[in-house]
Amino acid sequence: MRAIFPRQALSIAERLRDAGWIAFVALVLGVPMIGLTTVDAGNKLVVHTRLPLLMEFVAACFLGRLALRFSLDKFAQRKIERQAQEARRTVQIPARSTLPLIKWLGWWLLGAALVLPLMFSGNRYVVDTATTVLIYVMLGWGLNVVVGLAGLLDLGYVAFYAVGAYAYALLSTQFGWGFWQSLPVAGGLAAFFGLALGWPTLRLRGDYLAIVTLGFGEIIRIILVNWTELSGGPNGIASIPRPSFFGLPFQAPSDDGVQTFAGFFGLEYSPGQRVIFLYYLILLLALLTNLFVTRMRRLPVGRAWEAIREDEIACKALGINVVTVKLSAFALGAMLGGLAGVFFAARQGFISPESFVFSESATILAIVVLGGMGSQLGVVLASLVLVLLPEIGRDFAEYRMLLFGMAMILIMVWRPGGLLVRREPAIMAPAPMQARP
Amino acid sequence: MRFGGLTAIDELSFAAPVRQITSIIGPNGAGKTTLFNCITGFYRPSAGSIVLAHPVRGSLRLETLESHRVAREAQVLRTFQNTRLFPKMTVLENMIVAQHNALQAASFFSLAGLFKLRRYRLAEKQALEQAMSWLQRLKLLEFANIAAGVLPYGTQRRVEIGRAMCADPVLLCLDEPAAGLNPRESAELNDLLLELSRESGISVLLIEHDMNVVMKISDHIVVLNYGRKIAEGAPLLVRKDPHVVKAYLGEEDFQEQRA
Repeated sequence: MRAIFPRQALSIAERLRDAGWIAFVALVLGVPMIGLTTVDAGNKLVVHTRLPLLMEFVAACFLGRLALRFSLDKFAQRKIERQAQEARRTVQIPARSTLPLIKWLGWWLLGAALVLPLMFSGNRYVVDTATTVLIYVMLGWGLNVVVGLAGLLDLGYVAFYAVGAYAYALLSTQFGWGFWQSLPVAGGLAAFFGLALGWPTLRLRGDYLAIVTLGFGEIIRIILVNWTELSGGPNGIASIPRPSFFGLPFQAPSDDGVQTFAGFFGLEYSPGQRVIFLYYLILLLALLTNLFVTRMRRLPVGRAWEAIREDEIACKALGINVVTVKLSAFALGAMLGGLAGVFFAARQGFISPESFVFSESATILAIVVLGGMGSQLGVVLASLVLVLLPEIGRDFAEYRMLLFGMAMILIMVWRPGGLLVRREPAIMAPAPMQARP
Repeated sequence: MRFGGLTAIDELSFAAPVRQITSIIGPNGAGKTTLFNCITGFYRPSAGSIVLAHPVRGSLRLETLESHRVAREAQVLRTFQNTRLFPKMTVLENMIVAQHNALQAASFFSLAGLFKLRRYRLAEKQALEQAMSWLQRLKLLEFANIAAGVLPYGTQRRVEIGRAMCADPVLLCLDEPAAGLNPRESAELNDLLLELSRESGISVLLIEHDMNVVMKISDHIVVLNYGRKIAEGAPLLVRKDPHVVKAYLGEEDFQEQRA
């Protein structure tokens, strides 16, 4: 292979030299831009040097170039190999279908998610933002069942999120239920609402379904605004209890003898502990969601969801009861949304209909579509983009949404099918049987 | 079968013998596909009845069943005139989806499947073996992990037949399976259909325009025109029937004009 594709046969020395050049350019540019800064000393400007920052910048460029060049070469090589194979007119059956790069990315993201709060334990903003990302990841994975797998365009997904959140808020403030007790009940309630939406819309597809689900989302929100006795109307529900760590609340030690988390583990109390706990809680919920959805996808139901997205009539002709399959997609998608809602209510401590407006539905749908319909990892990437972009954009003040919109357009131009378009088969032919003469 | 004022099939009555290939032919618009839609539960006939002598479940009134129950309970499977595969799913997945009901029962509302219980794993293994054996028989093994939608047309037709076979049919309804096949592929199809009816004991209903196929493999032919049966019988008899010749070629008119 190396002899045929000399471009990919770069030696380590060549790679280092290449990266070194980039680092040199970065240094030249970086000296005036980063290395020197002006400081207002009294009434005159003094030039200071920022050598450590400059060095970090140069090092980042060096390593980044190495990684970029390496992956680009890998891509190019794979492309050439694929073309060569097509030229030989053989049908390529990959032994393992997953692109290693994408699989790596998934594990890498998981690792990063696990250590993130430890690295930023002092920085509440980072952990809070990461928690928000994870809520959207979980919502995206839930909606992925309905939109990505079953192909049912749902514009009112936020309704189920609201049902879950209000279910927990009411159960906890009115009946004193705990977080873990409420979780299955709220999930079940949201699933019931999923059925309530799914049943009348069984015959609808595409645009028509989208309009009805849009209306459903609004109906739920308007009920929450107007049914003051139940939901507190526009004032919402406040002082929702926070989840505790196996019965140990996160609060400052007090004199009334309540065992707290910090007290039990002999730690010094800090409000950051709860933030980190909430982060790991949503990470756990999101990972369970992912496990659940990926498993479901490999089961008959999951394959039937995809088959219905592909061709409903063929499904009927094969004896698949389209009604139950569609309803199961609606109910499970809604349940996952409801579970995310429970967490949302527990994290915020206060909810109002303001949190469940249409733009939320649109954001979640955008996450699924931008990520690539049906792709689990794509949802993660899209959530990162959609939550972090507005955060980064805060510096741009009024141009923030402009930046956001441009980024979305660029993604759709660059990857019209979403960030990750590749579909993983839910079942693969066993290896020995693939052997070809 | 009537659609508003239009009567698509009228006073049609015929019997398709068990384990034989019955062909339904007729000019375009004669009502052949409508007939299939009635048999497989996609349309509900305005009058009349369709009875299937099921080897296990006795005689079933197909016109009372919904389409998915026709496939599941009566085991009447069909293919479509314009193939309807699940294009983004692989060929193998197409085959597995066809075994949905058996697998779904084994997965016990997906619970057994979620926890990977033995009973589900066994059922899945069986389904996979069934799928692979049909892929092998139809010479589709090499495409097993490829998205069905990217395959050439003729191959897609074979996949569709294989998918229907995976669902374990008693009666197989094929809507123009030879359309778009080259002569060699079409000859292979003939062999396959004969094999299915002779060896696997499946009754076949066949809509086909390709007379090479129809005349070679049919045991019995029913000719439709304007929704009515104009002839029925063995291939040789039907070929000489004056009504059939007239419907296809309009020969009498032609001769009258020349005279």
